Amino acid sequence: MTLKLTCPNCGPRYTTEFWFGGEPVPRATPAAPGVDALRADFERVWLRTNVAGVQSERWFHHAGCRRWLVTERDTRTNVFHGHG
Amino acid sequence: MPGLLSRDVHLPERTLASHYDVIVIGGGGHGLATAYYLAKDHGVRNVAVLERSYIGSGGTGRNTTVLRANYKTPETIKFYKASFDLYRTLSAELDYHTLRSERGLLWMAHSEAQANSQRERALQNQVYDVDTVYLNAAEVHEVCPQLDMSCGGRRPIWGAAYHLPGGIIRHDAVVWGYATAASRLGVQVHQGVPVTGMVMEKGRCTGVRTPSGVISAGAVVSAVGGYVTQITDMVGLKIPIITHPLQAFVTQSYQPVLDRVVASADLHIYVSQSARGEMLVGAEIDPYTSYSTRSTFTFAASTAARAIDLFPFMAKLRLLRQWTGICDMTPDYSPLLGPTPIDGFYLSTGWGTWGFKAIPIGGKAMAELVATKRVPEIIAPLGLDRFALDRCVSERASAGTH
Ligand SMILES: Cc1cc2nc3c(=O)[nH]c(=O)nc-3n(C[C@H](O)[C@H](O)[C@H](O)COP(=O)(O)OP(=O)(O)OC[C@H]3O[C@@H](n4cnc5c(N)ncnc54)[C@H](O)[C@@H]3O)c2cc1C
Ligand SMILES: [Zn+2]
Repeated sequence: MTLKLTCPNCGPRYTTEFWFGGEPVPRATPAAPGVDALRADFERVWLRTNVAGVQSERWFHHAGCRRWLVTERDTRTNVFHGHG
Repeated sequence: MPGLLSRDVHLPERTLASHYDVIVIGGGGHGLATAYYLAKDHGVRNVAVLERSYIGSGGTGRNTTVLRANYKTPETIKFYKASFDLYRTLSAELDYHTLRSERGLLWMAHSEAQANSQRERALQNQVYDVDTVYLNAAEVHEVCPQLDMSCGGRRPIWGAAYHLPGGIIRHDAVVWGYATAASRLGVQVHQGVPVTGMVMEKGRCTGVRTPSGVISAGAVVSAVGGYVTQITDMVGLKIPIITHPLQAFVTQSYQPVLDRVVASADLHIYVSQSARGEMLVGAEIDPYTSYSTRSTFTFAASTAARAIDLFPFMAKLRLLRQWTGICDMTPDYSPLLGPTPIDGFYLSTGWGTWGFKAIPIGGKAMAELVATKRVPEIIAPLGLDRFALDRCVSERASAGTH
């Protein structure tokens, strides 16, 4: 089974047309350099929910409209909600 | 010690107690090895391994069994070499035949840049007494004449880092060897017991919840592979792990034709032939995070095409079986093990696509940590604090996917 994802611009396509962008990363809030800033960066860049359930995530349609889309997918079954 | 033919390889049935000195969550290689070394090295025998399914049902029973120590950073070369050396004597240690076989592992380069990087890797390995040499294309052909040196005309082979002792082993034997040896020493291995919650008292972890009730423990070790986030969520700890599936397939059995293990940096695949003749092919992780162990046709098709580029004779073989396991991936592709900010709660994770070869040392080091409350030197660089301190142990290229 190859996953299918519905692009709001292009319609249903195989996920092999997309790059997976993972869970959305919060925007950086500038902090003074130092250990606290390193910790804040670490948390922002690397800590994810990694949920076994419905996950909000980004995909980039590189072989189509070349736009990012945000969708929801159940990581236990790979069934897309949202745009899926 | 019972004789060869009379040896009882079944796990004795035991009733769950209400307290253990140590509870290990997860009956994969790491959980079972941790329990074994707790009993063997430290005399801590009041230990239970709680496995929600059957032992070896996770990555340990689904992996492609490549054993090697040819990593790139000083920290990890030492770590994986220590594990490799423990694997060498494991059959005797556990009184269980593990069918280990040293094959010679080629890690191929298909460009000048890759050739330089494999040369560097061979030299770095030699510094730490790991037997890896660089071979040019002619030498690669000599060591493995079955290879198409042009790789389907698209990616000529420049050379390879040749890791002489690299090889394979029987994964189920590692699981059952540790499980039976641990239970001979008094460890209880409980299958079909899921951990559904953790007991916390004043910020300290003091036990686990199961469908048959609360079980208290002096220490709790989480060794649940790709499911680790479900356990850390229960204690309110955030860790930098995402879970990706990894697939593999085997062909039907054929006569022995390939005695090397062959990996390609460019094609992102690796191939070996199992003891019963199946050609075993592994490749990169699925590109999205998931807990689903359903295999995909995309993987079979694209991986088979690349395998045929390396070994044209494989075009005539039939695919027999394909499967998927889920992997606890770290940002730097190195393991994540040690104590946590939560008293009484220890983590053995970050084994990703590379952790089977690390089972003996991972188990031994975790056992020492739990028994002595001191972090063994060999795992000190692999703790949770490294990420925020910007001390990653970057191994993406060498971890590969095996
Ligand atoms: C296809 C594939 C190929 C691979 N190839 C290689 C290779 O060649 N070389 C290599 O070194 N590594 C390889 N790996 C990686 C290796 O398999 C893993 O890193 C390793 O097996 C992890 O072992 P573990 O004991 O930590 O976890 P696992 O073996 O996954 O065991 C975890 C156990 O925990 C149990 N569990 C989960 N949640 C709970 C709960 N709540 N309560 C109770 N029990 C629970 C699970 O049922 C499971 O049995 C590969 C992985 C895959 C999927
Ligand atoms: Zn599109």
